[in-house]
Amino acid sequence: MSELFLLRHRQIPGLNQLSTYLESGGFETWKKAVTSLAPEDLVNEVKASGLRGRGGAGFPTGTKWSFLPNTIWPHYVVANADESEPGTFKDREILEFNPFQFLEGLMLASYAVRAHIAYVYLRGEFWQIARKLDERIAELTSNGYLGENLFGRDYSLRIYTHLGAGAYICGEETALLESLEGRLGQPRLRPPFPAVAGLFGLPTVINNVETLANLPIIIGKGAAHFRTQGTEKSPGTKIFSLSGRVKKPGNYELPLGTTFRELIYKHGEGIINDARIKAIMPAGASSALIPATEAALDTPMDYESVVELGCALGSASVIILDETVSASALVSDTIHFFKHESCGKCTPCREGTFWMARVIDRIETGKAREADIDLLAGIARQMQNKCLCALGEFSTVSVLSAIENYRADFEARLEK
Amino acid sequence: MNQLLKKHPQEIETILAKYPPDQKRASVMPLLHLAQQDNGFISHESMAEIAEIAGVEITEVASVVGFYTLFHAEPGGKIRIQVCTDIACALRGSREYLEGLCTELDIKPGGTTSDGLVTIEEVKCLAACDRAPMFQSQMGDEIEYHENQTVARTMDWLRSMMASMKPPVSDDPVMPRVEGGDHE
Repeated sequence: MSELFLLRHRQIPGLNQLSTYLESGGFETWKKAVTSLAPEDLVNEVKASGLRGRGGAGFPTGTKWSFLPNTIWPHYVVANADESEPGTFKDREILEFNPFQFLEGLMLASYAVRAHIAYVYLRGEFWQIARKLDERIAELTSNGYLGENLFGRDYSLRIYTHLGAGAYICGEETALLESLEGRLGQPRLRPPFPAVAGLFGLPTVINNVETLANLPIIIGKGAAHFRTQGTEKSPGTKIFSLSGRVKKPGNYELPLGTTFRELIYKHGEGIINDARIKAIMPAGASSALIPATEAALDTPMDYESVVELGCALGSASVIILDETVSASALVSDTIHFFKHESCGKCTPCREGTFWMARVIDRIETGKAREADIDLLAGIARQMQNKCLCALGEFSTVSVLSAIENYRADFEARLEK
Repeated sequence: MNQLLKKHPQEIETILAKYPPDQKRASVMPLLHLAQQDNGFISHESMAEIAEIAGVEITEVASVVGFYTLFHAEPGGKIRIQVCTDIACALRGSREYLEGLCTELDIKPGGTTSDGLVTIEEVKCLAACDRAPMFQSQMGDEIEYHENQTVARTMDWLRSMMASMKPPVSDDPVMPRVEGGDHE
């Protein structure tokens, strides 16, 4: 088994205990940063590492940090632990079993942008994880890793958890901020971007749990070491959440650039009942249905290569469809998901998902005619590039790719 | 008198301390979670009390309750069962599982058993896609994940939970017995 960084707990039992984490070198990087590094050193190291945001957008983390103006204070850091893309279950494993590495990463990010308060925004379903996290934060405070004048230096940091309550949209960073401020989770107009006017109107960095869990490695071992894994433009390892019609679903930490074939057939041990694979959804419900051709299977899973297949890598929640799955039925699922989760703020998404649901219901109940398939595609196309946030845009991706690649599945459901 | 404040002075102080003093509004969601732990739902009175503590209008609190699916404005069963039937789980049989469970309990998704003990809800992604079918149970302030479920396994668990909740009765009219067999 290759060395794991983010899922180290699988090789080091009890890593979610502070004592075990400390024995394995935990918080040495944190101490080194606060006592001997300038915040800029951290920003530069993370920039040099080429780390890209693991929540979905893949934006370079160090660059994101450097957008915070040094003329407006205080700064905030928010950890996005709202993990709710259907098919994604990686952050939950980190939060439960390797929480201190995540917290150390959050602390390093806070130091890098000189924030003195950081929030962890967790989805409401992670209620127990939040309670455990509160205990661990208290443990770190009583052991001198969090609090005032850390290690005798002029730096203080406190971390608080904040629970959502069941809204997918709150994974979108401006909706998350609204929710954290006690409002409906609806995205904000941008600009201004959160880096300038974020939480409570102040400069804010929002990073995904997995992104943050990478930081102790990058700051501790250096950017060059981090770059020994992955590709030039997508360095490091990534947790791939594999689900759907595979024999061995689960989280797999692999270097970015690993092929779909290796993930599905080596780690996932192939398709249930050895059926024929039909399509890959690399980014959960927000994904296109990519026909599982030999070329697609041999595509490296990194941010650039997957885009060439017509889809973002996203949070790398890889859902596998086999020949038993109808593309029409699947699209019905994704449409109803997005209709349910649409926040209602912008018209194209609120109305578009509603009308797509009407048409796909007609198709799925055998009451549709051929023209309804084009109508469905037409609604999706009209929504594109008009929604306030990515959620609305994502709702069209599976629809259009499914109709383009698997039109026969829709036709099979038409009125006889 | 603000009953919530009277009952949880310590917790409310801790919640308010998380946010800047001029941003008390941010405490609305934690306060709603706190109120819901007491009764399993958020009453109109609780909303008014939360509005008072957070310094906002009650309509603003009510709109937050309405927006987020985990907040309940109406009482449900003592045990709330939330089954994920989203794409990844559906590909592993969660729809059939939910249907089977509802048949066993003789209710529809969203419904509550006639004795008021169990509510079943259909929910979207709970981040356990690799261990479907799965559900999340909510009982007072306890939330638990139950993975790799079959109808029989869930019914066994439910029966043991119900037995611990009420005095044993010889013939349980609400929870029918599962007559052997695999209900997968």
